[in-house]
Order: sequence, then structure tokens, then C-alpha cells
Amino acid sequence: MQGLLAWVPLLPLIGFLILVGIPLFYRREPPESVITVIGVGSVGIAALFTAVATAAVFWQTPSGVVNIALWQWMQLGELKLGINFHVDWLTLVMLMIVTGVGFLIHLYSAGYMRKDPDFRRYFAYLNLFIFAMLTLVMADNLVLLYLGWEGVGLCSYLLIGFWYKDPVNGTAACKAFIVTRIGDTAMAIGLFLLFYEFSTLNIPELINAAGDPGADREIITIATLLLLGGAVGKSAQLPLQTWLPDAMAGPTPVSALIHAATMVTAGVYLIARMHPLYTLSETAMTAVAIVGALTLLLAGFSAIAQSDIKRVLAYSTISQIGYMFLALGVGAWSGAIFHLMTHAFFKALLFLSAGSVILSLHHEQNIFRMGGLYRKIPFTFLCFTIGCASLAALPLTSGFYSKDQILLRAWEFHQGFNSLWLAGVLGALITGIYTFRVLFLVFAGSEGAASRHCKDANTPAMTIPLAILAILALLGGLLTPPLQAVFGTTAERHPAAWVEGVAIAMPLIGLGVAWQLYRREKKTGEQRSRVTQFWFSGWGFDWLYDHLLVRPFNMLARLNHNDMIDALYKGTAAFSRQLNTLLSASQNGQVRWYLATFAAGSILFLALLVAL
Amino acid sequence: MNYLFYLTAAIAVLSTTMVIFHRNAVHALLYLVTSLLAVAVIFYQYGAPLAAALEVIIYAGAIMVLIIFVIMMLNQGDSTVVQERAWLQPSTWVGPALLSALLLIQLILLVSSAPFSAVRAFHYIGPKQVGIALFSHYVLAVELASMLLLAGLVGAFHLARHRKPETGRSGNAN
Amino acid sequence: MPIETAPGLEAGILLASTLFCLGLAGLMMRRNVIFMLMCVEICTNAAALMFVVAGAHWGNADGQVMFIFVVTLAAAEVAIALALVLQFYHRKHTVDIDQLNDLRG
Repeated sequence: MQGLLAWVPLLPLIGFLILVGIPLFYRREPPESVITVIGVGSVGIAALFTAVATAAVFWQTPSGVVNIALWQWMQLGELKLGINFHVDWLTLVMLMIVTGVGFLIHLYSAGYMRKDPDFRRYFAYLNLFIFAMLTLVMADNLVLLYLGWEGVGLCSYLLIGFWYKDPVNGTAACKAFIVTRIGDTAMAIGLFLLFYEFSTLNIPELINAAGDPGADREIITIATLLLLGGAVGKSAQLPLQTWLPDAMAGPTPVSALIHAATMVTAGVYLIARMHPLYTLSETAMTAVAIVGALTLLLAGFSAIAQSDIKRVLAYSTISQIGYMFLALGVGAWSGAIFHLMTHAFFKALLFLSAGSVILSLHHEQNIFRMGGLYRKIPFTFLCFTIGCASLAALPLTSGFYSKDQILLRAWEFHQGFNSLWLAGVLGALITGIYTFRVLFLVFAGSEGAASRHCKDANTPAMTIPLAILAILALLGGLLTPPLQAVFGTTAERHPAAWVEGVAIAMPLIGLGVAWQLYRREKKTGEQRSRVTQFWFSGWGFDWLYDHLLVRPFNMLARLNHNDMIDALYKGTAAFSRQLNTLLSASQNGQVRWYLATFAAGSILFLALLVAL
Repeated sequence: MNYLFYLTAAIAVLSTTMVIFHRNAVHALLYLVTSLLAVAVIFYQYGAPLAAALEVIIYAGAIMVLIIFVIMMLNQGDSTVVQERAWLQPSTWVGPALLSALLLIQLILLVSSAPFSAVRAFHYIGPKQVGIALFSHYVLAVELASMLLLAGLVGAFHLARHRKPETGRSGNAN
Repeated sequence: MPIETAPGLEAGILLASTLFCLGLAGLMMRRNVIFMLMCVEICTNAAALMFVVAGAHWGNADGQVMFIFVVTLAAAEVAIALALVLQFYHRKHTVDIDQLNDLRG
């Protein structure tokens, strides 16, 4: 049974290899049905294996741990690294999300991407992504995790720039790649530091070593902050959040899979995986919490001002991951993972239904040109509404349970009223506002310019995943994962009833505000006040980085256009050439001239003799 | 006897000067022979009769005959006087003459400042002594000289062959 | 057997130097290769004179041995050089050494 788990990451890899290798064996492009079977099937079987392994091994034993050693990867002095997998319930939750939600999104993609000329390439990338993500979550050492970490980064780059013929998409892909690279560099330094201090990068051993009372707390603080840097880059948190809204240039199912459900939550997974180290450092915990709180507020405000349906969802993703970081920062580890799970359900649902809307409107993404769609695509409307309700954490939806847990934990962690809790509650209100703003602008009110041409583009391959995700988004709150063995149990304390009441009320207030403001929004245009313009641009971070980093760098590059260092070598060459010209002038082919110089040389030599 | 030395030395210098300034190749060659004969006389005065004899036989005899053959083959002589006159302008020869004069002055300075022994005695060295030295101590050098002459023979034969360029087997050998 | 009345060593050296410098001057100023060849002979001869004078001064046969080698060398040199001159004349139809500048840089 444990062997099945080793096959979970290998199956998508095999799928990827087959899809890439097809041109080696067949001249003609295979039909879409074959590609679908390979691409979707590999992930489907992986999901099946995960489910079977869960049922057989873990269901009755919440503390079960499975270690699978595949082979030795490298051995350098003290450093021993293997392609070894470590599976516990935390991994298992991630596995189920990645394979389960991944499978649904693959299935949806088969419908969404139909008739795309690069159908095969798309599924090859997608399978490679699933493989890399599974490697990331199953790795038992940080280097293998880093391999998966970079692998998903690569796939993210490839898929954002999937329609590479439009330069804008390529730029967005590069931006995502470069910005996350900043975080990855910090993370790599963190790994070096950890190895330097503890002589191991195996995660369980590392946690044991760090738990030793003699371990250097300052080193742990610095290392955890560096790892946080990596997580911030990958999960699009402040200050490296700018790439995610642009990453929406990729196909919508990609946005659902990579930039909402799985990859961007890798940072959350990393911190949860390394949580024993973080608990040792109060500074790191505070930093995580503050990053989360600030990000969820900034991204929430930005989401209110957006006009592109996918960008709204992108900012909401940033904001929700901010919630997860907030949860991590206040020690609500299982709350963070729980929210990660429910977020994967409802955000995938939202993106996929947004994809259906976009496809039905012939690739229109501007919400001000939509409206009144609830009559034309009722099934999509239903799914989107469920997703919105869950995102806004309306009571009894899955998002409500997870977010409620986080807010309570934030209240408890600092023994009462505190700024982190306040940020969370304010964020809940904003979430309500921007969520229902989108819902009303797209589906309610009068018809927009694009709505008139609406034609339901859903196929069975798209409706089935939507339906399953809708059910999960509604009822996922009941599936509390048994993570006590991983994170330890916390004493249940019940704060005052009004605290709970506030948490429940906030989304409803947000709903009310949105109803008042946007129910009958005129679809005239995009006149924005100065504040909303500022929010629209994502609090000017792009402008700031452009002026702070990009332009000075470009200026330096322009200054050094002719390569100053190279000038030295070019100068040497030019000098030699000058000398050559000079000396070759003396080489004039005249024998008598040579003779004369010879005589003159003799005279000089003899002159020396005479003078001495 | 010293007067004889200075007289022959003067003849040698004068005739050499005529060689380098004369415009007719044949005349110049005759002056050169004169100069060589004068030097032969000087050899004799320095007690080297073998050298004097070889100077006359080989230099003034064989080598000069070789040069005169070439002058005849290349049709030098009266016909090229005009050409030589054009080539030997004062602007052409002043510079080299100055350089050489400078060199000569330096040599004279060096010689006059060198501490030579006051002994003016010279030793008569006859052909017998020279022959003994040549075929005992210098026998290897004699063999090398013979090799050199053989190489000169082969080289001259090869170089002087007048081959038509288009029938030449290799373009750079002839 | 010393010869008391012989001229001094300095006189011999000066004569050799004079002849050599004349030969060198001729070598530099003449453009006709045949004249240059004659000048080379003058220079060689001056060097040979130097050997003989020195040998006579020290009462040593080596001076004349060297003279014989110099003569041998001059003979070989003149043979090769004349062959070259012939070849040069056949190719360029001139005896002007300044025409022979194909190796200019």
C-alpha cells in the first residue's frame, strides 16, 4: 500500500514524458482525446492512489508516518540527500488537494482548452507542474523540497507565458519568474545557513536538532526569516506580491490550479512544515503574522478597485493567503492548513466558473461590460455564487469554518483584543464587499456590452468539475483534517460570544454594502477616484519597484552600454594594433633600409663602447 | 718597407672607393681586383705568403671571374651606365656615406684608445705551419667547409636553373 | 722569425676598418645587386685581412686558417648569390634591389 504513494508523483511525470515524447514516435499530432486520456488520466490515477492509500494506511491512524526511500541522490561529506518521501497527515492533505483539485482542473481544462493548437504542450506543462508540486510536498529533505519549489516556479513561468505570441504574456511570465526568484534566493541562503548550523537538511532531523536547548536561537531566527522570504515570494505576499495579478495572463484553469489552489500556497506549506523552528523564534512568528495581516488588507482594498474579473480573483487570492500567513503567525497551524484546503476548493471553483463566464463571453474579462448573466448561464451563476459565499465566509460554507478558526485563534493568541485580530475582521468585511461586488456586477443588474453575445460554453468536462467543486466549497468545512499529530493539540477556549458574533456579522455587512453600492451599478465605464485608482494599481507597488529598481538598473545598463571593463581589453587590443601598424611600417621590404638600420644600430652600440 | 705598406694601403682604399662609386660594372670589377691585389701585397708584408697567394688565386682569380660571367650574362656594362648614374644621386649616397664615416671614426677612436703592446715584431708564418694547423686542429672545420661548398654547389645549380613558371612542378621552389 | 720592419697592428686594423666601412657604404648606396655583391666581397675581404693581421701579430697560424675558411665561405656565398641574382633578373627583368620588396609589412 505504501508503494502506491511513491507512484503518486511518478504518474504525472510519466504522463509528462509521454506527452513530450510523442513526436519521437508519431509524425502526426495525436488527437485531443488521446492527449486528454494521458494528461488527465495520469493525474486521475494519482488522485485515486492517494485516496486508496489514505483509506488503507492513514484513516485509522492520525499519527501515522510513512517514509519511502527511493534512491540516494547525492552524498557530499556530511550532506546526505535522498529522493526520499515523508508522508504524514500534513503531506496527505496537500496530496489530496494537489491530486484531487488538480484532477478536477485537468478535467475542466480538457473542455476549456479544446481546439487550442498547443493542446498537448498545455497538458505536458500541467502534468510536469503536478509532479513538481507533489515532489515539493512529499520531500523529506529541504533540498528535494527546493527542487520541487523551483520546478513549480518553472511550470508557473511556462504556463503564464503559454500564449507566448502576445509579448504581454511573456513579460508577465518573466515578471513572475524574476520576482519569485528574489524570494527563492533568500530561501537558498536560509538552507545554507541551516545546513551550516545543524549539518543536516533532512526535515525531521533538522527539527530534532533545532529543538535541542543548545541550538543557537539567533541563527534559527535568521534562517526562519530567510525561509519566510522564500515563502513570501512564492505565495505573493508583501512585498513580493506584484507578480500574481499579472500572472493572470495565463489560461484560466492555470490560474485556478497554480495561482490559486496549489502553487501559491507552497509558502504556507513550507512554514507549516517547518513550524517547530518558527515556534522557537518570536520575531519570525511576528514577522509572519504582520506580513499576513498587511497583505490581506492591502490586497483586499486592491480587489475592490479592479475591473478585470481575473485580477479581482488574483487579489482575493493574495488576500486569502494573507489570512493563512496570519494564521501561521499566531500559531494556528491547523487553521492555516484548513483554510488552505477550503481556499483551494472555493477559489478553484471561482476561477473555473470565471473561466466559463470568460469563454461564454468570447474572452471578455472586463466586469463592467458584463451584467445580468444569471439568466443566460444559470449553472455558472450558481457555482460562482457558491464560490463567492464561501470566499466571503458566509455562515455554514466551508470558508466560514476555516476563517472563523483563524480569527478566534488570533483573538486567543494575544489574550483578547489586538491589532492582528482587528486586521482579520476588517479583512473579512472587505472580502465580503469585493466578493459580492464582482458577483453583482457580473451576474446581476442590466446587461453589459458583452453580455448580449453570451453563449453558454460549458461542456460536460467543465460542468462535472464545477459541480464537484461547488459541493466541496459548500460542505468542505465538515472535512476537518486530523492534523493534531503533526501540530499538537491546543486547548479549546471559547472567547466571548460577541467575538464570534463579529466574525459572523462582518461578511454579512460586506454583503449589504455591496448590495447598496453595486446592485444597480451603471455599466458606464471606469472613472475612478484618486483613491480607487491607487488601489487599482495595487497600492503603487509596481510604480515603486519600477522607479526604485527597474529604472536605475536600466540606467546603469545604458551607462555601461559599451561595457567599461571590456574597454580595458579592447584598449589593449587597439594599443597592440597601433604598435603593429607602427612596427610594420618599418618592415618596408627595402633591403638597403634594413642595412642602414643595422649600421645605425652598430654605431649606437659602438658609441656605448667609446663612451665607456 | 713601411712606405711600401702605406702605398699599397692607399692603393687599396682608393681602388675600393672607385668600386663603390663607379658606374660601369666591368670597370668597377677591375678596380675591385686591384684592391684585392693590393691587400695580397699587404698580406705578404705581414708575413703571410700563403694568404697572399690564396688572395690572388681564389679572390682575384676565381671569384672575380664568376662575377664577370654574371655581368656578361646580365648584359651589364656600358649599356647600364645611364641607369647607374640615375640611381647614384648624391641624395642617395650621402646618408649611407655619413653612416659609414661615423662608423669608421668610432673604430679609429676605439683602436687609438686601445692599449696595444709596443712590440712591433711580426712573425713569419709559412704554408707549412698553416697546413699543420689546418689538418690537425681544424680538421673538423675543414670537413664542414667542404660540406658548405657542396651545399653551395647544389644550391647554385638549383637556383640558377631557368625554369618556365608554367611548367614548374612547384611554384615556390624555382 | 720576427720581421722588424713590418707596419704596426694599429695600421692593419685601421686599414681593415676603412675597407669594411667603404664596403658597407657601397652596400647601402648602390641599388644594383651586382655592385652590392662586390661590396659584400669587400667587407668579407676586410674581415679576412683582420684575421691575418691579428694572426701575424700573435705569431699564430690560426689567423691564416681562418682566412682560408673565410675565402671558402666567400666562394660558396658568391656562388649562391649569383644564382639568386640570375633568378631575380629572369623574374623581374631588372637588377634593382628596391624592386625586391614583396616582404614589406
